[in-house]
Amino acid sequence: MLLKTPFHPRTAPLCHSRRWRNWSGYASALTYEPGHEYEYYAVRSAAALFDVSPLRKYEVAGADAAALLDRVVTRSALDCPVGRVLYTPWCDEAGKMIDDGTVQRLSADAFRITSADPCLRWFQDCALGMDATVRDVTTDLAALALQGPTSREILAEVITGADIVALPYFALTEVKIGPAPVTITRTGYTGDLGYEIWMRPEDGVGVWDALTEAGCGYGLAPAGLDALDMVRIEAGLLLKDVDYVSTWTALIESRKSSPYEAGLGWAVQPRPGRDFVGGRALAREADAPSEWGFAGLEVDWPHIEARFAAVRLPPLVAGRASREPVPIYAGKTQVGYVTSSTFSPILKKYIALATIRREFARPGRRVKFELTVEFVRHTVPARVVRTPFFDPARKRE
Amino acid sequence: MARKYDAIVIGGGHNGLVHAAYLARAGLDVCVLEARPLVGGATVTEEIFPGFRYSVFSYVVSLMRPDIIRELDLPRHGLAILPLESTLTPLPDGDRLYRDADHHRTWREIARFSIRDAEAYDEYGRSLFYMARAVKYLLGIAPPDPARLGPRDIRGLLGLARHFLDLQPDQLHLLVKLMTMSAADFVDEWFETDVLKATLSASGIIGTFLGPRSPGTAYVLLHHYMGEIDGHFRAWGFAKGGTGAVANAIASAARQAGAEIRTDAPVARALVKNGRVNGVALANGDELHAKVVSSSLDPHRTFLDLVDADDLPADLVNSVRGYRFRGSSGKVNLALDAAPDFTCMPGHGPHLRGAVSISPSIDYLERAYDDARYGDFSREPYLDIVIPSAIDPGMAPPGKHVMSCFVQYAPYELREGTWDQKREAFGDTVVDTLARYVPNIRNIILHRQVVTPLDIERTTGLTQGNIFQGELTPSQLFFLRPAAGYAGYRTPVRGYYQCGSGTHPGGGIMGAPGKLAAGRVLADLGRRGR
Repeated sequence: MLLKTPFHPRTAPLCHSRRWRNWSGYASALTYEPGHEYEYYAVRSAAALFDVSPLRKYEVAGADAAALLDRVVTRSALDCPVGRVLYTPWCDEAGKMIDDGTVQRLSADAFRITSADPCLRWFQDCALGMDATVRDVTTDLAALALQGPTSREILAEVITGADIVALPYFALTEVKIGPAPVTITRTGYTGDLGYEIWMRPEDGVGVWDALTEAGCGYGLAPAGLDALDMVRIEAGLLLKDVDYVSTWTALIESRKSSPYEAGLGWAVQPRPGRDFVGGRALAREADAPSEWGFAGLEVDWPHIEARFAAVRLPPLVAGRASREPVPIYAGKTQVGYVTSSTFSPILKKYIALATIRREFARPGRRVKFELTVEFVRHTVPARVVRTPFFDPARKRE
Repeated sequence: MARKYDAIVIGGGHNGLVHAAYLARAGLDVCVLEARPLVGGATVTEEIFPGFRYSVFSYVVSLMRPDIIRELDLPRHGLAILPLESTLTPLPDGDRLYRDADHHRTWREIARFSIRDAEAYDEYGRSLFYMARAVKYLLGIAPPDPARLGPRDIRGLLGLARHFLDLQPDQLHLLVKLMTMSAADFVDEWFETDVLKATLSASGIIGTFLGPRSPGTAYVLLHHYMGEIDGHFRAWGFAKGGTGAVANAIASAARQAGAEIRTDAPVARALVKNGRVNGVALANGDELHAKVVSSSLDPHRTFLDLVDADDLPADLVNSVRGYRFRGSSGKVNLALDAAPDFTCMPGHGPHLRGAVSISPSIDYLERAYDDARYGDFSREPYLDIVIPSAIDPGMAPPGKHVMSCFVQYAPYELREGTWDQKREAFGDTVVDTLARYVPNIRNIILHRQVVTPLDIERTTGLTQGNIFQGELTPSQLFFLRPAAGYAGYRTPVRGYYQCGSGTHPGGGIMGAPGKLAAGRVLADLGRRGR
């Protein structure tokens, strides 16, 4: 039986759709209402509350905590000031991605890491000989993501102990919501203004109630994974085992991806003298780039409509994100594949994340997207564009 | 020295702005002249009461052409259309009919009244899908004139024939019925439940001085069904920030393309010399010159106010004089201290994010029309209500709400007295009607704005306050809009064009007249649009 997160007493009665997905063994709502449309718009137009407790969480402590992080992740963790958060992938010795997540620097010698899947053994093994302990705190911490343009106003009504307006993008603060001590990070998986709230499980329901009560006047809606999948594609954010395969689960070499191949080259931050896992392989790759790259694609909507109209159908592209791999062509040659795609209601565009041969990954390149209409395959034009597709100024302001 | 432009657009409503954007994108030096301090015309959001933002006139969006949204990249200019997912029809006895995006729940809800109707509902939806698809073609073409038969007309008519012969016979028959029947008779062919029939046929009377049993209203019903959002017909939405945000997005796109937009710049008349337009004179006496002048105002203003009748053929002048405006609706905008509490669905809930239709029975609507026929506003009016703040929290302070009530009937011509005398009585009638379904309404009203047809005319310039720049009945559509022989966006005055809702394909926040007219202008100039 699927486990219940600390918020289950609140989310279960709200889940009118009775649609749950197994997320790391926990029941996680796909939608609360019968459809996800309203929840999607809540993220972009008001605020949405996601239960993200199933994320894996680790705490690293000790004199060498910073050194350990700096050794494990591709970003330069030593440069991360206290009170800041990093998004980063981490790799094996071959420079292929294991997982990705955020690293919060709680103090000079304490960090918190989130990941999609279990990594404790890896972190502990990497800590061999260092003065750093790594603990799995997955079940010790409940987590909510409060995302959307009104999220700041909602938080401002419920928190005490800090000025939420002053919290910069990718920073953290320790505050209270009612009696509950919580960590708030200005992070999220939506590409919008938003925060994630980390708390003790026993405080979960109280925090949920405080947020939903304050959120009532700000259009706050509980939202599920269907909506999240659309907004994270708009934000150009990768999903492990969908947009890239972990080196630990890839059965064959060709399925593995380096950060460069996954569009995360910016997160590889070598420093003179810095030795991090996968660093040497990544340095070699930087000199002799892989033939694979990452691209955001905008698929030409009038062509999609025309293909459907030719068989007298409205454009039946599912109203939710698709994780079906779709071939990408240049001429008649396959040059890559889409890993995630969605119609973006806010942009009025069909967008996709793709793994594609590097020479085609440059913005402006024109390729072809395979579209199946009435069981017949066609191709429609698509164009490589920069990600994020949707990048409101409020995200950083 | 008078400034000279390539083209001047009179009126900064959504069609004028769309028109200007397309002309500017084609490289023309364009100036839009708007009389009011803000753009939008009847597509405006105004903070009439501090902290509360009203979509003063038009209030929902559906017809806005997807090609215009895409070509002008309106999302990048701030346009976001949020879905209106449900329709609630409260009944006087405390019951209700509630339809939303959940197919099965809607089925069960209709089945409470009639299982046959619940089953027919899907078929009705499918039939209207076919109809909307058939008519969609017309929304993208300039109307050919079957009496004129120039090369363009013949091409257009052949295209039309091909398009309509492509329909299944039963679809073609249904389309003819839609063009000729009354909305009530049309829905009668499917349903037996009065409240369902009334709510569906209510779309057939909006903006029209006809009752649900009057022939011609079935087309108006279809006009409200052919809106298309993301490839789906029948989808209605609410523009984030109110309908003014639509106008602002288009204005932003037009400016980016190089158009100049002047507000507080009412135009007194178009300057015509030897049958050719060469500019406009502003109310302040300034003159601006251009070889192209496009009026997005209604046909009455375009042909009878802005130019001299002497410059126009008599048949056009006569047609425009006979063109039916007959404003039939008003608007009541409310600022509320709390959420409205419906007897039939108490408390908060998703129903507040949808439309609420006060249309309990066909007789109710017909009686409302009866009052209007003899020059009174309806004692118990049809109301089409949305609560924008429940969808977009930015429309009102936290926990408070704005409520938009479209009210019909409110005849422009009153039997007794004037609208200035009757404005508040009209507002009271609306609140009394609401109070039958929302008992707490009187206690939570912080501010009330009553918009009569006269107010619509005074503020926006729409003749007789008709929201569509003239009724959308079949005798005023397609090659007959606004007048037989003058439906191709040109006018008898060379260089003078019409680009408002008074031209094909008509009213609503659609933008199609503005775009199609821009196509005409650019073709006449030998330019290509982009």
